[in-house]
This record gives sequence, C-alpha cells and structure tokens, in this order.
Amino acid sequence: MIQHLPILQVIIPLLAAPICFILKEARLVRWFVLIANVMAFVVSIMLLQQVNLNGTLVYSLGGWDAPVGIEYRIDKLNAYLLILVTSISTITLMAAGKSLTKEISESKITYFYIAYMLCLTGLLGIVTTGDAFNVFVFLEISSLASYTMIAMGNDRRSLWASYQYLIMGTIGATFILIGIGLMYMMTGTLNMYDLAERLPEVEHTKTVFTAFAFFLVGVCLKLALFPLHLWLPNAYAYAPSIATVFLAATATKVAIYVLLRFIFSVYGFEFSFSHLPLTEILVSLGLLGIIAASIVAIYQTNVKRLFAYSSVSQIGYMILGIGIGTKTGLTATMLHLFNHALMKSAIFLALAGVVYRVGSVNIKAFAGLGRQMPWTMAAIVIGGLSLIGVPLTVGFVSKWYLVLALLESNWWPIAVLVLIGSLLAIAYIWRIVEVAYFKPALQNNQSYKEAPLAILIPAWIFVLANIYFGIDTSFTAGVSEATAELLFGVAE
Amino acid sequence: MNFLEQYNYWIVILLMMSGFYIVIAHGNLVKKLMGLTIFQTSVFILYISVSKVIGGTAPILNDQYTVYSNPLPHVLILTAIVVGVATTALGLALAVRIKEAYGTVEEDVIQEKDLQQEGSAE
Repeated sequence: MIQHLPILQVIIPLLAAPICFILKEARLVRWFVLIANVMAFVVSIMLLQQVNLNGTLVYSLGGWDAPVGIEYRIDKLNAYLLILVTSISTITLMAAGKSLTKEISESKITYFYIAYMLCLTGLLGIVTTGDAFNVFVFLEISSLASYTMIAMGNDRRSLWASYQYLIMGTIGATFILIGIGLMYMMTGTLNMYDLAERLPEVEHTKTVFTAFAFFLVGVCLKLALFPLHLWLPNAYAYAPSIATVFLAATATKVAIYVLLRFIFSVYGFEFSFSHLPLTEILVSLGLLGIIAASIVAIYQTNVKRLFAYSSVSQIGYMILGIGIGTKTGLTATMLHLFNHALMKSAIFLALAGVVYRVGSVNIKAFAGLGRQMPWTMAAIVIGGLSLIGVPLTVGFVSKWYLVLALLESNWWPIAVLVLIGSLLAIAYIWRIVEVAYFKPALQNNQSYKEAPLAILIPAWIFVLANIYFGIDTSFTAGVSEATAELLFGVAE
Repeated sequence: MNFLEQYNYWIVILLMMSGFYIVIAHGNLVKKLMGLTIFQTSVFILYISVSKVIGGTAPILNDQYTVYSNPLPHVLILTAIVVGVATTALGLALAVRIKEAYGTVEEDVIQEKDLQQEGSAE
C-alpha cells in the first residue's frame, strides 16, 4: 500500500471521473467527488511523510524500471505542491454544491464534476511524473478538462473564451511536444533524471538550444507570462466561479512548477543561466507583466476580469523571482506560488458568493455591498490587502523576500519597480473598496443577504490561512527555502 | 544535393508554418481548427523522422534482420495523435455551440457582438 502511494495519487481522481458518469445523480456525485478529493488529500499528506522519512520516492510504473518504463519521482518540491493542489481542490469543492446550482443548469452539473476530476488528475500527474513525455500527456488532460469547465459558464462569452484558450493552449502544448521531441532526438531518453545526466554531453548543439526555446515558449503560454497571457482574462472572467477558483489557484502554479523543474533539474542552472540570456528575458518580461497587467486591471469593469489581470501581474512576480537566479530569488518565487494560491482562492470564492446573491460581478453591482454582505466583502478586502502586500498577510512575506533577493543582487531600480507594482495593486483594490463601502446601494437593489455559509466558510478558511501564514512564516518560508535549495542542489 | 538530403524536415517546417499561418490569419473558427491540425501533424512527422534508422526495417522481431527503426517515437506519437483528435473534437464542439449562441463562426463578427454586449451592459 505505502509503496504504491505515488500512483494512487493520480489513479484516485482518474478513476473517480468515470464513476461519476455512472452515478449520474448530481447530489450523489457531489459527495462522491468530495470523498475522492479528501482521499487524494490524505494520500498527498502520507506522501510528504514518506518523503520526509525516506527521501525521494521513486515508483516504476508496471514494474518497468526507468529509463525503459515511466517513473514517478517525488521529492520535497513535488510533495508540497501535491498538498497545495489537493487541499485547495478539496476546500473549493465544499463550496461547489451551492455555487454550481446557481450558475450551471442542473443537467450539466455531473459533467462539470467529471471535468473537474480530470483536470485534477492532469495537474497531479504533471507534478508526480518523472517522465518528460508524460508531462505533455497530463498537461493536455488537464487543459482539455479546463476548456470544458470554462465553456460551461452561463454567459455565451465563456464559449468564445474557451475556444481562444483551446487554440492558444494547443499551440503551447505542441511547442512543448516539439521541445521534448528534440530533447529525445539528442539524448535518446525521456526520463527527466536521465535527461539531466545526458544533456551536458550535447550541451552546445543547436538542437538542444532549439528544444529549450520551444519548451520555454510552450510552458510560458500555459502559465500566461505577460505577452502570452491573452487567453487568461476572459477564461477566468466567464468560467463558472468554482472553475475560476480552481484554475486560478492551481493550474498556473503547476505550469510554473514545470518551468522550474526543466530549468533547474533537467537543463541545470549552468545551461539555463550561463549559455542563455534567461535572466534578461525572464526579468524584463516579469516586470512588464507586473506593471502592464496591473494598469489594465485598474480599468476593468468586470471584477472577475480585474482579478484575472491581477493574476497575470502576480505571475510576473514569480517569474521575476526565477529570473534573478539566486537562491533567495527562488525562495521568493516558491513562497509567492503558495501564497498567491491562497490569496486568489479566497478572493474568487468570495466572488462566487457575490455571484450567488447578486448574480453579477460588474463593479456597479458592488455598490453598498460592504454593508449588505459584510463577511463576503471582508474576505475580498483581506485577500486584496494580501495582493498588495500589506504586513500581517502572506502577500507581504513573499514581496519581502523578493525585494530582499533583488537588493542582494544590487538591483535596486527593479526593487523600486516591484514596489510601484504594489502601488498599482492598491489602485485596483481601492476601486472595489470605494464602490462597496462608500457608495449607497443602487435604488432598485433589494437588500442582499450574506452569501450562504457553504461558500462563506471555505472562503474564510483561505482568508484565515492568508493571515495565519502571514504572521507565522516559519512553515512556508522553511518549505520554500528547502525546495529552493533542492532545486539548486540538483543543478550543482 | 545536401539541401534535399533531409527533405522530410523541410516538409515538417513547411507544414508547421502553413498550419500556424492558417491559425493566425483565418477568421473562420473551423478553418482555424484545420490549421491547428496541420500544425500538430507536422510535429508527428518530426517524431517519425527522428525514429527512422537508415537501412532499418519496421520494428518487428525477425531473425533475418538486425537493424530496426526506433519504435518508441511511433508509440509516443500515437498518444499525441489521440490527444490531437480529442482537441479537434472539443474545438469543433465548441464551434457548434458558438454557432448556436452567436449565429456565426466568424471571429470578427463574434468580437463585434461581444463589444456590443459589453457596451449595453454599462
């Protein structure tokens, strides 16, 4: 049992999806999916225990040892990411029952849960696998499932958003496929560990550079790095709220994990940062993303879209941290990866509550909501403060580390730009606060009640996590430092 | 001629670029998907070209032959083809739904209607 944990992590959600199809009844499916998620969560915790006890876990699929067979390889970085993904997906599902009945027609709810489980399968698969081609397959499983989830929004623009995401996502995935193909061409292996050993021999060939370039562009499309982010705002804005919470909190984070894994573990720090101008590329695109996406966010009238643009700018911070190319920078990236997942789940879940009661996320509909739905709006405000990086929230911790890393490298002009990015965040959060707390409710508004507890409680779990990890940083900072060391350790 | 020696790679590049161009340049959603399929197909050919061993036969065990083509990329590409089929199917399904919702599959018309909708919402 214990030795099969790595595969159970992926198999449980994968098998749960077709069983949902048999169960049919939406209410049954809902409980079943929740149970499967809790099981996946328990497995991820057990995995972490195992990794802490015995070091890196290696699992050969079907008993075929690598490099012939596919191997799942779990070290500290994977284990923590698995916990992040499964815990967020479980807590989000608690709110799903209420939120979905309002946003999706009764007959489609079962299908939504199936897509949700498949997306979870894909994300967990990407994190557990140690095989480059497997990454592509799981990436496509999660992407196809997320296109479906997005298209289920009740606005017709969700269809268009999903289609655009499908085109861009497939181009990205095909680029990744080309990259992996070229790597295989030069090394004759698909196992990441093997790749890392064999790539240095052919390090200076043009093919390896081309492979890296294709792979990098493909992954950056998937994680919505600034000029490649065009699919993200509409997809997040028009998807059902639960899908937005799940995708915003986990999908881009997992893509960043893939980027880290290939830059540091497969190609190695030497190759990525010495042979290629990766620092220049990542730092300049990250900064552009932070500033440009924040400015665009200020002018949005759809609040979900506003926070989607804010996601693009937050991804900029993570990329910037990688670009610095020091251990502190990487720690900042890892911290922000965990913290941003917490912030965005809190905010988007609270917005799901607003959609449930008000039926709109247009900024005008927020007038007076601060008094009518105090707990929901408080969740958005605290999440917003965390986005800005106010002390006592998690946002402060990761920005602190990022600025620290920049100052360590003597890049103070960039540190100033990062702080300007925070100021821009104040501008877009303030717009919501102003409308919600300082404007009278619209005349034709019946007074709205507080969001239902089923949505409010999960949202507040995330809000409290935002505050808790903002005050007690020993756990998250410790984990981030350990994983950063691990990534650098493999490189040396 | 050295230039034509590896002509299959030139075909890959040609297909890739023409597929990519169709995706970008055409406004019709179904044509875009066709472009996307051509784009993906070029990568399949890339993988299969990689696996070819000159003088090798098909990878079937037989005492007569000692040199075989590498079967692994073939298998990989079978998986990628399945993924491609799923993507195309989903894309076409979306195109059908878009046609139902918007009454058109032309990109510019859809964008115009979206703009109108956003304008009236404010």
